[in-house]
Amino acid sequence: MTHPSDPPAVSNQDYWRRNLTYVGWLLVVWFSISYGAGILFVEPLNRFRLPGTGFPLGFWFAQQGSIYVFVVLIFVYVFLMNRLDREFGVDEDSE
Amino acid sequence: MSVTAWTFVLVGLSFTLYIGVAVWSRASSTSEFYVAGTGVSPLANGMATAADWMSAASFISMAGIISFGGYDGSVYLMGWTGGYVLLALLLAPYLRKFGAYTVPDFVGDRYYSQTARIVAVVCAIFVSFTYVAGQMRGVGIVFSRFLEVPIGLGVVIGMGIVFFYAVLGGMKGITYTQVAQYCVLIFAYLVPAIFLSLMITGNPIPQIGFGGVDQESGAFLLERLNGLHSELGFTAYTSGAKTTIDVFFITAALMVGTAGLPHVIIRFYTVPRVRDARISAGWALMFIAILYTAAPAVAVFARTNLLNTVSEQPYAEMPEWFTTWEGTGLISFDDRNGDGIIQYVGPDARDASGATIQNELTIDRDIMVLANPEISGLPNWVIGLVAAGGLAAALSTAAGLLLVISSAVSHDLLKRGFKPDITERGELIAARVAAGFAVVVAGYLGINPPGFVAEVVAFAFGLAAASFFPAIILGIFTKRMNREGAVMGMICGITFTAGYIVYFKFINPAANSAENWWFGISPEGIGTLGMLLNFAIALTVSRFTPPPPPKIARLVDLIRVPRGAGEAHEISG
Repeated sequence: MTHPSDPPAVSNQDYWRRNLTYVGWLLVVWFSISYGAGILFVEPLNRFRLPGTGFPLGFWFAQQGSIYVFVVLIFVYVFLMNRLDREFGVDEDSE
Repeated sequence: MSVTAWTFVLVGLSFTLYIGVAVWSRASSTSEFYVAGTGVSPLANGMATAADWMSAASFISMAGIISFGGYDGSVYLMGWTGGYVLLALLLAPYLRKFGAYTVPDFVGDRYYSQTARIVAVVCAIFVSFTYVAGQMRGVGIVFSRFLEVPIGLGVVIGMGIVFFYAVLGGMKGITYTQVAQYCVLIFAYLVPAIFLSLMITGNPIPQIGFGGVDQESGAFLLERLNGLHSELGFTAYTSGAKTTIDVFFITAALMVGTAGLPHVIIRFYTVPRVRDARISAGWALMFIAILYTAAPAVAVFARTNLLNTVSEQPYAEMPEWFTTWEGTGLISFDDRNGDGIIQYVGPDARDASGATIQNELTIDRDIMVLANPEISGLPNWVIGLVAAGGLAAALSTAAGLLLVISSAVSHDLLKRGFKPDITERGELIAARVAAGFAVVVAGYLGINPPGFVAEVVAFAFGLAAASFFPAIILGIFTKRMNREGAVMGMICGITFTAGYIVYFKFINPAANSAENWWFGISPEGIGTLGMLLNFAIALTVSRFTPPPPPKIARLVDLIRVPRGAGEAHEISG
């Protein structure tokens, strides 16, 4: 099973670099929300409330917000990668 | 109908459903047995992963732990969900492209080494057995409390069910049964949560309700709970007592441990394509998040109800559930000042004259979810439903773990290890025998649990974090990582983590307190340090040892791109 359209190695390197950039940025968000807002800065954030609710903000990030953000991050990653796969012609649809 | 009658009906119906699904989806080849013929849709795989992952600990214990720990409970909420981000971004798509059956398969092929494979097999078996014993114990507690059969008989019944569909159906049977189990367990978790949220806050969505206003007092529920806590001498609910560094390290160990657990990783081998592996991690986390965002709400409701029901109330007027749980020994009351009234207070409690008030009530935090519907006076069918949900959570996880054990024996040890000429039929028989044997051992551990099940679970996470995770990450993201680096890293990571935990938990438990811990890191969080050590040693050793053979670089190139010829692991030979 060979593909005449198999992209050359150089473009695979670009693909990999773009992938690493995406993953890097998503992990920055992942870290800032959970370890940042939920743990390291939880006390200062607890001085504020999530608007309209009784949640201290840091506590809310630790027990609710971070989990919602995690779900969103994965779906954003899926969207970005599927687009990248098509752009570089390495998606599995045309096999 | 009584609670027992409802429980029998609901548990009976759910068990019939699982058996029906299992018969419909039996496995007939090793590929179906190990990875369900890689034909599972991403949505179904997401649901099955969620059920696989959410064990008796998530369903029965977690809300109770949060209820008693307040903010400290966040380590479990973030730790056990944040790991899926790592799994989706760093592991799942590449392992799917690699296309093997097990985690040791990847480690063995990527590091061209039988030693690496064997180290991985031993870790996989140890981690899985630890877990499965805890699940069987959960099954026993539910049976003994709600169906009034002895714990031993409860475990045997549970074992019988798991044996039936894990041995018959393999991964295919397990996957579709887990889909059914997810539906049962999430329904059983949300129904009482919604009831409670409506009763206490008037809002039907528990995730929003617990940030809302308490209908009785008109104040914010969390503020009222913090007020109750300071009155009774407990730490404020929304602040917690653990140090920041410990919270940080425990959360990290649980996250990385999650991403390194073989029974979770193996699920991403069952979908048809790389892009399916990515999206199915997303679905899995979404299905998990439904329960994990409801759990802190349940914890707050349970805490408020409990304090209202028992604090400063006469012992003689306690409701029926209190006496029933006292019978199991999980609640105990000792009237130290002899006034017949329950003083349930924290360590800082003082009376008007400034004298210390002694606490008289001990409650096992594991009963909160099971007792909650009774404490709040919900209908009997809800209580039966919670029992069925707890069983679904325990059985689905037990089945997934048994499959890891059976494939580790039949595939990694026999087929890829000692007996490569084994026939397809022989391998399938070996897999089933190993699964059967594992069920019996797990059942034995469930009936005669070692006294340290809870400690051993921390052990399992620490080991997974300190062993598999760095080896797999380095195997995908660096081409230079070689056999010597990976094996040394895994061995040092495991030895360090295991040594720290064994010292504080078993050899010298008296020293297990913050002033003796390194950098203030508890044994629960030490896996994070073990993981960093593994990375550091692997990277250093690989600099001074020969690079991997050229075919490994080609293998890594193939793993990194979704499209490609056939299954990547075939070229590694």
